[in-house]
Amino acid sequence: MKFESKRGNEKAELQLTSMIDVIFLLLIFFVMTFKIAAQEGDFSVKMPLQGSGGTPDTTKIPIKLRLRANADGELTDIVVNDSLSYGNDWAKLRGYILELTGGDAPPSPEDGPEVEIDLDYNLRYEHVIRAITAVTGQRQGDEIKRLVERIKFAPPRKPQ
Amino acid sequence: MKIRKSYDSKMAEGDLTAMIDMVFQLIIFFMVLINFSQDDQNDKVKLPSSELAKPPEAPLTFPIVLHLDRTSVIYIGTNVVTVDSIAPLLRTEIDLLKSRNQKPSDANIVIRGDFGTPGGVVQDLIKKCQDLGFEKFALRVREELP
Repeated sequence: MKFESKRGNEKAELQLTSMIDVIFLLLIFFVMTFKIAAQEGDFSVKMPLQGSGGTPDTTKIPIKLRLRANADGELTDIVVNDSLSYGNDWAKLRGYILELTGGDAPPSPEDGPEVEIDLDYNLRYEHVIRAITAVTGQRQGDEIKRLVERIKFAPPRKPQ
Repeated sequence: MKIRKSYDSKMAEGDLTAMIDMVFQLIIFFMVLINFSQDDQNDKVKLPSSELAKPPEAPLTFPIVLHLDRTSVIYIGTNVVTVDSIAPLLRTEIDLLKSRNQKPSDANIVIRGDFGTPGGVVQDLIKKCQDLGFEKFALRVREELP
């Protein structure tokens, strides 16, 4: 006796409703928690406590950078080695560093000239970062050309 | 003459395949890009920008992230301190380093300072860390798009 299948050629159907519900829930979760953050980077500064080691500056090119601020914390003057004043022109400062280093990167992060940054206590941090940017290198297209790797801070000038 | 409808009374079904494909693509996109880590984020800190900012090529060894906002308040994990009261927290980190046979000079202090915070406070913070034996600092900045 031959049994005929009652199902015939009907397509098997999956119940997709609950899966779609869950998927949309997941999608909404990820969209809501997604945060577009700008890329971040670091300026590495190796600063042992004075007198406890650290590589001395062998290049004989001491660079002392004095950053003066007004009462609002805005930059008013950039002075290099107590003699050259650049106002607040970072491009001129970079030009000076390029001239001094010959535009060459130090052979290793431990070598090369050292820049000491001496700033007024209330100078806004963004100006400090601009100073570090101006002396440590310059961007050439996608490449970053390193100029000075060694940075240190002078003792803080506490307000009287 | 009565005209009979050629289709049966079954519910009309749309083809969901393409939509499900798209939705899965979107979910995968968001899953890959999502960052659950809260250690290196703080809404109270707006980083200064720099054209030289590039993410580090290798992860920093034993990073200690300090968020410094413009009112000179420091956030370490869930702790809120000032420059003058940060030493006990850093000593805890030093104990942790010692338990892993490392010295404070092996750790990296990552300073996420707000662009408007006084630079002198950053100097004070660095000095405080130096007094405890930390030597390596990373000043974190935001990438400045040309």
